[in-house]
Amino acid sequence: MSAVLADMPGTVAPATTKAIAPSKGGRPWTFYVLAALFVAYVLALYGPMFCIYILSFQDIRGGLVFPMKGQSLHWFIDLFTQVRTGDVKGSFDRSIKLAVIVTIITVVVSFLAGLGFRKRFRGDTFVFYMMIGSLVAPGLVLGLGTGLLFQALGLNASWYTSALGAQLSWTLPFGVLVMFAVMSRFNHAWEEAAYDLGASRWQSIWLVMIPVLAPGLVAVALFGFTLSYDEFARSLQTAGSLNTLPLEIWSMTLNVTSPSLYALGTVTTIVSFVVIGASLGTIVLIQKKRGSRAKGQE
Amino acid sequence: MQPAQSPIPSRSNLAGWLYVLPLVLVLVPFFVAPILVVLAASFFATDGFGGLTPGFTLASYVEVLHSALTLKLYLATIKFTVLTWIFTLIIGFFVAYFLVFHVRNQLLAIGLFLLCTVPFWTSNIIRMISWIPLLGKEGLINQALLALDVIRQPLEVLLFSDLAVVIAYVHQLTIFMIVPIFNSMARIDKKLIEAAIDAGASRFDIMRLIVVPMSKSGIALGTIFVVSIVMGDFFVVKVMSGGGSASVVSAFYEDVGVLQYPTAAASAVLLTLVLVAIVALILRTVDIRQEITR
Repeated sequence: MSAVLADMPGTVAPATTKAIAPSKGGRPWTFYVLAALFVAYVLALYGPMFCIYILSFQDIRGGLVFPMKGQSLHWFIDLFTQVRTGDVKGSFDRSIKLAVIVTIITVVVSFLAGLGFRKRFRGDTFVFYMMIGSLVAPGLVLGLGTGLLFQALGLNASWYTSALGAQLSWTLPFGVLVMFAVMSRFNHAWEEAAYDLGASRWQSIWLVMIPVLAPGLVAVALFGFTLSYDEFARSLQTAGSLNTLPLEIWSMTLNVTSPSLYALGTVTTIVSFVVIGASLGTIVLIQKKRGSRAKGQE
Repeated sequence: MQPAQSPIPSRSNLAGWLYVLPLVLVLVPFFVAPILVVLAASFFATDGFGGLTPGFTLASYVEVLHSALTLKLYLATIKFTVLTWIFTLIIGFFVAYFLVFHVRNQLLAIGLFLLCTVPFWTSNIIRMISWIPLLGKEGLINQALLALDVIRQPLEVLLFSDLAVVIAYVHQLTIFMIVPIFNSMARIDKKLIEAAIDAGASRFDIMRLIVVPMSKSGIALGTIFVVSIVMGDFFVVKVMSGGGSASVVSAFYEDVGVLQYPTAAASAVLLTLVLVAIVALILRTVDIRQEITR
């Protein structure tokens, strides 16, 4: 699934630059049907989310459904000050820290694994299927297993040990799959050229591969951060006594019936959007810089 | 691609293992070991208070397999899985088809594609609860239907029902179909289609003989994602059905809640076996590794 996400602007294969026949003239009727389907899909995708963003800005009379009752930031203040809604601030803090740690580990480990999988080696299929297994295994079951394992070993489960590991078992397969897609577009001639010019293996990785693959690495980081930040099933049995944000949201869905829940949804989505925007912006910027440099040399 | 000097196999093996070593060092303690722990726990006896007695008994399996509830849970899970699969496949296939074959501007197609993927990077739980203001008894859909005089009483089946569960799944998982199908469709050489048109193929023929067969690998990948996520899910079922429905994993969650570890573990092992069988069956039709690295 990752090939396209990996390096968006770079995905255009030469053969696809020409639109499908009939490439000129009137559109067939299917175009309008499918365009309508697409618009309906996007509306259904974003519509509900925007409903709760809007509803989170109600005033104190606000309820869980439309119509909107007044406008204020009441529920946001409520969210961070009321004891009843739980330790939102603390869990928010932990989730961000955890996501940053997961991101760093995911980028480094996925990059190395991507390098390793370029050539066949004995047992590579085994490692590959272990990774796929880790991806498709039910998260709650894995989480319980990890929790029991820590218990059996006499270790305390906490968000920075057991939950960190449980989340990595989810983000790493994604990261490596994205890395596969990124690496498959890497032109080996550049690496060979670096060797011919006397570069060591380390220099060819650091000075050639990493700069060339930078957009793909940003994509891996985006996956690492957001998948960790929103991870729920695997953290449930492994986070120990202190909650991460999705666990906090989960307990709120069970016992809070005020727009505070929506306010939390708005806050956490803003964080996601900032991260997505920053990542995509970085990728576009790198590509643009390359494009202008290439033009300057013509 | 062969390097200039043919490497000694054992050295290349060593280098390969060194590169994937960190990955293995994470997966062994946090994937292999937990699975083995669950497997072991399924054979243990319990004192009913969360204490496990090491030993070997098949009592938990007998209990799980003999209970009428198990069959009901699997049927419910399969129902959700099949319904979600059908809807995500239809929507995913045609959205991808639209983006690849109908949007003429390449940049626009990528932009629209990104528009579809952005929610994937946001919280699933939030996207799930965001259906409440729409589907609720006093939600927008009921309000609209009442205002239009289509119904007299607000519909109660919209929220906290099986319908709501399937809506939430389709909402969350269609992206897992769109991305791989888009990916394999984008690789179809457009000259092939031009040639088919020149040879007199109808648009339906092109769809049937070229587009569908060549997107098969994307469909297979998407199916693996959708099936494994739905079968492993519990919180959508729990929240969106309002407690009215259960799936295999949500029953597992309840078991864990009351410290019935061996029964929960036995049921988890059975589910994992079913899942592995399904995924293996799908993998027989497509070489996923070659597909991704191509």
